[in-house]
Amino acid sequence: MLKLSSRWFAWTSSVVLAVASYGVAAGEWPLNMTKGVTDVSHNVYGLHMTILFWCIGIGVVVFGVMFYSMAMHRKSMGAKAANFHESTTLEIIWTAIPLLILIFMAVPATSTLKQLYDTEDADLDILVTGYQWKWKYEYLGEEVSFYSNLSDASRNQIYGPKEKSTDYLRDVDNPLIIPVGKKVRFLVTAADVIHSWWVPQLAVKRDAIPGYINESWTFVEEPGVFRGQCAELCGKDHGFMPIVVKAVPQAEFDAWLGEQRLAALAVAEAAKQHLSFDELYSQGESVYNARCAACHQPNGAGVPGVFPAIAGSKVATGVLETHLATIIHGVPGTAMQAFADQLTPVEIAAVITYQRNAFGNNMGDSLQPIDVVNFTQNQ
Amino acid sequence: MAHGPAPGFSRWLYTTNHKDIGSMYLWFSFAMFFIGGMFALVIRAELFQPGLQIVEPNFFNQMTTLHGLIMVFGAVMPAFVGLANWMIPMMIGAPDMALPRMNNWSFWILPFAFAMLISTLFMEGGAPNFGWTFYAPLSTTYAPASVTFFIFAIHIMGASSIMGAINIIATILNMRAQGMTMMKMPLFVWTWLITAYLLIAVMPVLAGVVTMMLMDIHFDTSFFDAAGGGDPVLFQHVFWFFGHPEVYIMILPAFGIVSAIIPTFARKPLFGYSSMVYATASIAFLSFIVWAHHMFTVGMPLFGEMVFMYATMLIAVPTGVKVFNWVTTMFRGSMTFETPMLFAIAFVILFTIGGFSGLMLAMAPADFQYHDTYFVVAHFHYVLVPGAIFSITAAVYYWLPKWTGHMYDELMGKVHFWIAFIGLNVTFFPMHFSGLAGMPRRIPDYNPLWADWNMISSVGAFLFGAAQVLFLYNVIKTIVVGRKATSEVWEASHGLEWTVPSPAPYHTFTRPPDVPDDDAHLVAGTP
Ligand code: HEM
Ligand SMILES: [Cu+2]
Repeated sequence: MLKLSSRWFAWTSSVVLAVASYGVAAGEWPLNMTKGVTDVSHNVYGLHMTILFWCIGIGVVVFGVMFYSMAMHRKSMGAKAANFHESTTLEIIWTAIPLLILIFMAVPATSTLKQLYDTEDADLDILVTGYQWKWKYEYLGEEVSFYSNLSDASRNQIYGPKEKSTDYLRDVDNPLIIPVGKKVRFLVTAADVIHSWWVPQLAVKRDAIPGYINESWTFVEEPGVFRGQCAELCGKDHGFMPIVVKAVPQAEFDAWLGEQRLAALAVAEAAKQHLSFDELYSQGESVYNARCAACHQPNGAGVPGVFPAIAGSKVATGVLETHLATIIHGVPGTAMQAFADQLTPVEIAAVITYQRNAFGNNMGDSLQPIDVVNFTQNQ
Repeated sequence: MAHGPAPGFSRWLYTTNHKDIGSMYLWFSFAMFFIGGMFALVIRAELFQPGLQIVEPNFFNQMTTLHGLIMVFGAVMPAFVGLANWMIPMMIGAPDMALPRMNNWSFWILPFAFAMLISTLFMEGGAPNFGWTFYAPLSTTYAPASVTFFIFAIHIMGASSIMGAINIIATILNMRAQGMTMMKMPLFVWTWLITAYLLIAVMPVLAGVVTMMLMDIHFDTSFFDAAGGGDPVLFQHVFWFFGHPEVYIMILPAFGIVSAIIPTFARKPLFGYSSMVYATASIAFLSFIVWAHHMFTVGMPLFGEMVFMYATMLIAVPTGVKVFNWVTTMFRGSMTFETPMLFAIAFVILFTIGGFSGLMLAMAPADFQYHDTYFVVAHFHYVLVPGAIFSITAAVYYWLPKWTGHMYDELMGKVHFWIAFIGLNVTFFPMHFSGLAGMPRRIPDYNPLWADWNMISSVGAFLFGAAQVLFLYNVIKTIVVGRKATSEVWEASHGLEWTVPSPAPYHTFTRPPDVPDDDAHLVAGTP
């Protein structure tokens, strides 16, 4: 017995020590759920720790008896087997005690659950829509809405041996901005497949389902930046669909809303200007790489059987109208989305010009932003 | 006239012998285990460090999907059916399965189903890439063309499972030797009887859901298409009404296996035989009313959430009873630690750990944080790998001498165990941490925050994979050069299968065996 346990002890302790010391040397070894920054997230964390400790406690007792038997009741130590195999008392006890423990755990679980569901009386409503593979945020009643994509900085680090930044795959071009000290309700839905909107530090996770509007809420007290990711397999770029929520003081929030409205006006203004072919082409290239290349590939070759090629495609080398209509309305039932309100008229004109003249599609034609505006208005 | 096997390949093609069919199921499962394992290693190789190095995201999704499907339907389920074929007739004193011709069919359609499934990898657009849960509309409106082959493959697997289940039920209910009452049946027989009912209840549900998909894809219906008035959440309800009992289909027979092995090597009767039977039945019953705990985040009403949470928590009670009974069986035994026992003990410990994380997942508010993260991946691998795979491995070592008449190499068996045990924990324990720290599952690339744990997981996975090669070698070595085994094989073996010679004759029990009429079936040691 002694020989055995000291050997076990030596083994396990050296393994634990090795892992721990490596951990100290290497830095990050995240072990546990985040406590988060809201009342709800604290309660969830508390619940998590409570069950964890109950489990550890039960484990110590059960495994304790087991290891004791394995050490002491072995044939090589001359143990003689007993012959008991029934005890109603024992079996009643170990049905009843776990039941009691469960009731004990159900109480905090139920109250936290109720709190999570309490979406009444919000100060601000935000409609969150999941797309393959980006999020759209609409501030209801504020006339502000925008899309949030994986940031270029992250996208550029995916391939190759480049050092990854701290927020690799967890930063976006346009974060969701919310005010502190206000109850914000999220209405969550999706436009194509099922996604799930998850920000661990707010303890908010809601599936975004086409045809459904799910509700969730948060109340953040201090300014901060909170990161999360889509948590439902939603196709090939599921891993590249981050969420960034920035909580700011009310005044800053109001100012930001104002800027957003101004920016919308500027977009309308920009649609009236005339651009040269080269301007269109080069702007189109960057729009293409940011928004189209994920599916159609940077070289326009597509993925056979999954995403059609742009190079030599019927649409990109056919009638301009059809090409425009495809981008504006998308192709229902496929991953090709309606880009009408995801891109500005300038961007649409630019990317169409680019697609018709890149990858060997030497069409020689181009499109002006105003054509896009007219096209949408005539629909 | 000697009723031996027919010569050559036709022996296997036309056979109706439960032992031949059992062996074929087991070899098939073994092959699938290696293929599914290779896919897992592709996943783990890609996740070895952040960034995309080896495969593209779309192919990565194909790997997760095929890995999950093949492990569940190709490795675990056929292995259990193979064990049932081999052991149930021998355990209940029957000469063969009740419906031998159907038995042949239910095996032989399987290789076709899986050939079809795997061939999708070579089709234009690639293999299914929507996860083994294949949620609509990703798997309908947005799927590659090969999804139709996937649907047919699922139909065939389901048909095979149902035929197998009918056969097992018919055998157990009709073919028991005189004196083998229900409450004398070995637990493996009991757990399989209950499992077979689960299969018959839920495989048609799976067939239904894939048929609805087929209709949506090819016949313009809108079961799951919100734009056409359908409901994507309906898919999940139907899927999990199949899917949750399915996870018990993959664990109940394992309960039967360890309930045979632990008493043998503890040299003590199983503690609480009848409560084991009742616990199994209650788990099976509860498995039908907890499906929505896979869907806590879909936006069910509060009341629904609470009901499913409480029902899920309740499963811990009968499961706990089983664990306590196994531990009490070891208590004051006279234990030895041959390879099957090592795997069985690891089963009890690791399955319990998987049960703990399951209990944590049952808490709906906490599940909001765990759901679809690596915490869940850790949880289900702690139940599936030690639960299903370890119990199957234990069963193979335990009964291999009976099947082949040869003893396996004990030292190599122990080495296999320790490498597999360490590999498994190194692979899956860190996933608890990466999951809690926020790593979503089914992603091909991730933030450096989780890099260290992922690297460790990947190393463990390759270690675990290597261990299985040793297993294969040991099985082959046993068959070819293993030393002769006795009829009893184990010192304290108990049950009818140990009363026939090793190897078990091609036709067992040409005369009905005598079944002891006291509760000697419980008592370890020579009757
Ligand atoms: C060497 C052993 C294994 C390794 C390294 C391994 C690894 C993995 C990994 C990395 C995933 C992907 C997780 C994700 O991104 O969501 C996964 C998924 C899965 N594994 Fe395993 N696995 C192993 C054995 C098994 C076994 C034996 C089973 C079943 C009995 C199994 C069943 C599953 C299932 C059902 C999934 C989910 C697939 C999906 O998301 O659609 N695995 N495994
Ligand atoms: Cu998504």
